[in-house]
Amino acid sequence: MNDLIKYAPDLLAGFLKNVQLSLVCAVFSMILGTVLVSMRVSPTPVLRAAGTGYVNIVRNTPLTLVLAFSALGLSDTLGVSFSDEPSTNSFWLVVLGLSLYTATFVCEALRAGINTVPMGQAEAARAIGLTFFQSLRMIILPQAFRAVIAPLGSVMIAMIKNTTVAIAAGYLAESAFVMKDTFDDTGVSIPIFVGIVVAFMLFTLPIGFFTGWLANRLAVAR
Amino acid sequence: MNGQASVLFDAPGPRARLRNNILTLLAAVVIAALLYVVYARFAEKGQFDGQIWKPFADPFTWTEYIIPGLLGTLKAAGLGAVFALIFGAVFGLARLSDHRWIRVPAGAIVETFRAIPLLLLIFFLFYLAPSVLGGGDYTLIALVAGLTLYNGSVLAEVVRAGVRAVPRGQSEAAYAIGLRKNQVMRLVLLPQAVTAMMPAIVSQLVVLLKDTALGYIIAYVDLLNYGFKIIPAVNFGSLIPAAIVIGVIYVGLNMALSALATWLERRSRRSRKTSAKPIVPPGAVAVGDTTAAVD
Repeated sequence: MNDLIKYAPDLLAGFLKNVQLSLVCAVFSMILGTVLVSMRVSPTPVLRAAGTGYVNIVRNTPLTLVLAFSALGLSDTLGVSFSDEPSTNSFWLVVLGLSLYTATFVCEALRAGINTVPMGQAEAARAIGLTFFQSLRMIILPQAFRAVIAPLGSVMIAMIKNTTVAIAAGYLAESAFVMKDTFDDTGVSIPIFVGIVVAFMLFTLPIGFFTGWLANRLAVAR
Repeated sequence: MNGQASVLFDAPGPRARLRNNILTLLAAVVIAALLYVVYARFAEKGQFDGQIWKPFADPFTWTEYIIPGLLGTLKAAGLGAVFALIFGAVFGLARLSDHRWIRVPAGAIVETFRAIPLLLLIFFLFYLAPSVLGGGDYTLIALVAGLTLYNGSVLAEVVRAGVRAVPRGQSEAAYAIGLRKNQVMRLVLLPQAVTAMMPAIVSQLVVLLKDTALGYIIAYVDLLNYGFKIIPAVNFGSLIPAAIVIGVIYVGLNMALSALATWLERRSRRSRKTSAKPIVPPGAVAVGDTTAAVD
């Protein structure tokens, strides 16, 4: 217990980095996921194929490989750099890798949502003369989003848990690294582990409850 | 074309065809431009030099690094899968128990392990093992134990949902002909539930296989470790070719498993051996006839 109190400031700082990563990745992965799903349902075969190919490849690649590649491949070998400050640079490399990865799950969730929208909605949209993008933007996607709030919540919770893999991209500031670093100092400490786990649960459980509540509240009445 | 795309647009007329063709062309140009930028960047950094790709034409690289790495990955995944299935079956059935003192603790364990980030769990077990069991190499044990606890908990939810998906009439009829509680479960509910949960189990095994790559972080010698640390260390500059080669292996393995899940899903949807519909793993989404476990 003393270890937990002694290292609490470090652990909290680490956990806040996980929160930061989660918030930034949530925004980017949602945007990219929406773009991907638009590609996958578009009337243009090339876009459909590109979207499908991207999702199938990235979704089946281990996140550890994606993140390790962002750091060692993209940054060190190919010279992609976001900042001269190494810790800022690796922060954004993690954001890049994790958003690219999570976007595929967002895309799949939204695609399931689009499946729940009845045929008549799209037909009616076309009948009043809306174009593909108009009907997607104003009719289909709003209903699709509302149908998959709970699964999207699960995707976001998985993403938050995945921020701990940032260590694979050489980002040495978040909880997993801080915990490992502390264990190197003090040896294994159950209170520290439990403390971090509880912090994660306090972050993810409310998201689960909130998205569950929101899903019921915003469910499309049919 | 998949059925759902047609929900969104009609069969194109002459104007729409023209517009689609223009968009196709535009999209092709944009994608080609993107690929070219990537290509140019690779070429600029000399990533297409025969020199750095040469190790992969050499059987030595395969027999000494890639295949042992792959075996390491498959070993962790195989052990993890077996233990996770056992864990899932035990805890899934425990959660369905009529006795509160079994049901509640099992529920608490399953919910807790599902909520812990897997890497933290693996780190913890990795540091815990030596202080409990004495010195030694615990990378495999920590990895397999972590994979078992996490995926086993998800599978427990799958088992519970599978048994619940069997219509009530089945167990009522079984009780009516005088079967005991364990006979009802063993002879009537489980055989039907297994068919319904098969696709969900296989898509969770894809997650398990992908997660074995976390072993890289605790220096377990798996495919990722050989491909990303050892091969580039032995063959200077071969990092990106190695990443591409092992990436293809991972994607191929996972896609094959996913294809199996899709096939099982179709089969179980048609099956007359079960009255339960295929179930979706907790938190996962079903698109058409494929389920993607969220990870």
